[in-house]
Amino acid sequence: MSDTSNHSGKTARVLIAPSWLLLGIFFLLPLIIMFVISFGMRGTYGGLKPITDLWAYISSGDFLANYRQSLDGLYLPIYWRSVWMAVATTVLCLVISYPIAYYIAIVAPARWKNLLLALVVVPFWTSFLIRTYAWMLILRTEGLANTVLLQLGLINQPLDLLYNELAVMIGLIYGELPFMILPLYASLEKLDLTLLEASSDLGANHFSTFWRVTVPMTMPGIVAGIVLVFIPSIGQFVVSDLLGGAKSMLVGNLIQNQFSIARNKPFGSAIAFELTAVVLVLLMAYAWWSKKKGQEAML
Amino acid sequence: MSEPTQSIETTPQFVGKHEVAPRGAAPFRWERKAMGLHSLIVYIFLYAPILILIAFSFNEARQTARWEGFTFQWYGRLMENKLILNSMKNSLIVAGTATFACTIIGTLAALALGRYEFKGKGPTQALLFLPIIIPEIVLGVAMVTFFGIMQMRLNIWTVIISHIVFSVSYVAIVVRARLAGFDRSLEEAAMDLGAGPVQTFFRVTLPLILPGIIAGALLVFTISIDDYVITSFVAGAGATTLPLQIYSMIKVGVTPEVNAISTLLLLFTLVMIIVAQRLQQQPSDKGERK
Repeated sequence: MSDTSNHSGKTARVLIAPSWLLLGIFFLLPLIIMFVISFGMRGTYGGLKPITDLWAYISSGDFLANYRQSLDGLYLPIYWRSVWMAVATTVLCLVISYPIAYYIAIVAPARWKNLLLALVVVPFWTSFLIRTYAWMLILRTEGLANTVLLQLGLINQPLDLLYNELAVMIGLIYGELPFMILPLYASLEKLDLTLLEASSDLGANHFSTFWRVTVPMTMPGIVAGIVLVFIPSIGQFVVSDLLGGAKSMLVGNLIQNQFSIARNKPFGSAIAFELTAVVLVLLMAYAWWSKKKGQEAML
Repeated sequence: MSEPTQSIETTPQFVGKHEVAPRGAAPFRWERKAMGLHSLIVYIFLYAPILILIAFSFNEARQTARWEGFTFQWYGRLMENKLILNSMKNSLIVAGTATFACTIIGTLAALALGRYEFKGKGPTQALLFLPIIIPEIVLGVAMVTFFGIMQMRLNIWTVIISHIVFSVSYVAIVVRARLAGFDRSLEEAAMDLGAGPVQTFFRVTLPLILPGIIAGALLVFTISIDDYVITSFVAGAGATTLPLQIYSMIKVGVTPEVNAISTLLLLFTLVMIIVAQRLQQQPSDKGERK
């Protein structure tokens, strides 16, 4: 445009001012406050205990009490479960999604493509809560699965399908699957098929073509999918609250408890911050990886 | 979802993006068939629970999963349920207000990011990206703590504010994508013909990016009306939204009324999403009025 850069800079600043104002006050500031509070202590009525002598508080090491408490052996099984479930969800989503993304991007007839893709996108946007609830209808004691199995005479007693880790896994995979399929599709769609041809001409069988050409070429989509599935899985609490039992509590439920039942906000803030740190480290690793590969990050 | 495998059988030649089968892509027929079958199963996995929920909302049976006849009565019951009606009203107020605010703020940010090079562009992009990627529970916790410290009573306004915060980025992203495929020469032509910047914006730029803005607005409305996690932290008494109401009903027990209200919400968002998708797909065509 004919604008001088100085002028356009000013226009741009005016245009982004509302976003900075909104997110600065109601997003960044709350995150900073949460971080500060995570070093505080719970007061008698669930609020914050006032600190009389800041220096003494810091030098005594009390400010780290919540972080120390978060590493208590009591909570380790919860973290461990959150991590392995998120990892398992991510791996299973990847294994399930790659063939379907490949199918839509490369194998399916061109006229089907848009429809097949739209069918993946739609659940991506519809209510997560309701889609999770639908699994309760299927898995509960009087639910569809048990009714059908009883009717067929395959079982005599209803099975306990709901309120266990398997149910949570199903719910997680169900909820996160589109987050994996879409980035995989995006990078498979861009794949230059003549490379596969070249590989095959040079004598590679299609198995080694897949592992040595297709997979490395679609690595951006794979990594983006892993990040997009892992992050929501590890912070999940609706699925575990609805489909899981007391024994399938995740870190999300632990945080939520501190704000509702236990009323220990400083402790809840400390765990929430730890979760945020894990997510941010993951994102930074992803950004670093994309940069190293010289690719533009897909996220 | 009708069997995608079929079309492969009828077309022996590899047909995809490319006319000729690239050797090495999926050379064997059984491979293509297996992938098609796998895809079919995944689609069934994605849609069966939703369809089952919809079917149950018309089932006469109250407790069991047996089909005992078709009925509309659960939908009728909803209209008598004051709690549900009230939560619907709250959800519409929240989603409507949040959509209005997000559309304006997000579009402005998209214009800045899509049009100008300026100092702080990187941080601005990061700022708009973060609310999407930070775990929802962290955002909920941070916001309720913030409102507590600021002594803001939790009510419908705290819900609206938090919904604006987590949705504004979607408008920015969608509108920016629309701007990327935008023919700048049209604006230059308008300027050359003597239109001022303001006039150019309203007569040329805005009509061209309008489908993007509407798509963004529909997405925000959908996200807002569906949100449970963050709302559950920041909603005060009397600000129960539809997902909160559904959640508390689910926790008490599975009932046909829950199925009915869930079906309504599902179908409503489905329509919104399909419209939004359509708007995003169409390139600048179909003269929007003016």
